[in-house]
Amino acid sequence: MDDLILNARQYGNLLEGTLVTIQVIVGSFALGTFMAVVMGVARLSDKKWIRQAALVYIEFARGISAIILLFWMAYALPILFGAPSMPPMLAGILALGLNMGAYGAEIVRGAIQAVPKGQTEATIALNMTDRQRLRHVVFPQAVPIILPPYGNLTIEVLKGTALVSLIALNDLARVAQVIRQNNVISDSPVPLAILYLNVLVIYLILAQVIAQLFKVAERRSARRFGST
Amino acid sequence: MKPDNKRTGASVAMRQVVKAFGENVVLNKLDLDVDPGEVVVIIGPSGSGKTTILRVIMTLERIDEGTIEIDGRHLYHEQKNGVLTPASEKHIRSVRSDISMVFQHFNLFPHMSARENVMLAPMKVKGMTEDEADVQAQELLNKVGLGDKLDHRPSELSGGQKQRVAIARSLAMEPKVMLFDEVTSALDPELVGEVLTVLRELAASGEMTMMMVTHEMGFASEMADRVLMFDRGQILEQGPPDKLFKDPDHERTKTFLRAVLSH
Ligand SMILES: Nc1ncnc2c1ncn2[C@@H]1O[C@H](COP(=O)(O)OP(=O)(O)OP(=O)(O)O)[C@@H](O)[C@H]1O
Ligand SMILES: [Mg+2]
Repeated sequence: MDDLILNARQYGNLLEGTLVTIQVIVGSFALGTFMAVVMGVARLSDKKWIRQAALVYIEFARGISAIILLFWMAYALPILFGAPSMPPMLAGILALGLNMGAYGAEIVRGAIQAVPKGQTEATIALNMTDRQRLRHVVFPQAVPIILPPYGNLTIEVLKGTALVSLIALNDLARVAQVIRQNNVISDSPVPLAILYLNVLVIYLILAQVIAQLFKVAERRSARRFGST
Repeated sequence: MKPDNKRTGASVAMRQVVKAFGENVVLNKLDLDVDPGEVVVIIGPSGSGKTTILRVIMTLERIDEGTIEIDGRHLYHEQKNGVLTPASEKHIRSVRSDISMVFQHFNLFPHMSARENVMLAPMKVKGMTEDEADVQAQELLNKVGLGDKLDHRPSELSGGQKQRVAIARSLAMEPKVMLFDEVTSALDPELVGEVLTVLRELAASGEMTMMMVTHEMGFASEMADRVLMFDRGQILEQGPPDKLFKDPDHERTKTFLRAVLSH
């Protein structure tokens, strides 16, 4: 049984990697959600240039794969602007967050459009402004529509976080890689299957945590509508 | 009906109003004047443009030609150096504060209780404090007979109750002109009466101008100051309910009334 698990030092490493992965996903989620809301709303603006600007962002951030975006943030941009290179954590969060924001914006736009038109008409009959309508009437009703696909998107981004190991950020994926490399020169190597089984379980747990958080949020938003 | 000195409300004046959807000219150079506090019932065949009249007054649809004045103020135009120019959104909002509308399908905010539905606009648009808005909401919901449903969500209310909340929600904005588009048509027959009772009280108070599209001929003949028979984007004929219902001038009106009254 003993040799089925890793040693304490290796678990320590995996834990540190997990914490980095959690930071990346939390940061990307925050940036991505901000961009998703702003750009999703902008896509429906009655000003043409705002709609177009949002569309350019969405097409750009979706059309470029996250990994290219990542290399741009980490390597190309600093050279281009002669700036000191950014910390890899920041580069990772920017790349994944901007990418997530583009997909999220489409979810937000669709959900806002799914709110019945009668709701908008009621706010006009009450002389509310566009902003008040969005904030107090449309958006609260869009949230329950947004949540299920948004949970899926967040889990996709979690899986995407492994990309940051390519810019030398010590996330869970990279730590596992390092353990594997050290394994080769170690006198008591762990079977690689065991190593990656552990990594797999940790990712699964993280994904489950996200899924459960979204379930709770969905239940709470459903309750606001008094459906139960 | 009611003493003229009690009439407040605002006048509505439509001049040569044209509204088309593509090729389909729905309002065809419509002229219509409604006096302050007047109760006008609009009847007419399906597709004749009844809903559209209310919607252009509520600014849910914009007109193509003509003018609309509320209380003597242009809704879609502004006077600039004596010239009528298209109004800014700000101007439209300012005139629109005199108008509200109640819909066939209620359009209540489903994520809010009855009380919150009534409180929202007064707080956000009129800057009422939460306490003031709450007091007002309770008064209005009491007035429409829903004092015991303050904290119910729309999903927990019957159709008739929902429509009464919607009426209270509009009243909370103290409009001078209220528009009602078939507000009892989506209700089960046994729930129509409770909504008509509320409308009857509003009409009798004379506190506002009311324009309603309805198939409730009994209600119309009892409460309306004037009935408009609408046909193909134009007023075919109009008059006090006694005249229009009992002795209409036009054959089309007779046919229409026979069809409506036969069921
Ligand atoms: N948003 C729209 N786009 C295109 N056509 C429309 C639109 N709204 C209304 N119409 C058309 O305008 C005409 C008048 O519609 P309106 O809803 O005003 O009729 P109505 O008299 O209220 O009829 P009903 O008794 O059936 O409610 C109809 O031919 C309708 O198809
Ligand atoms: Mg209609």
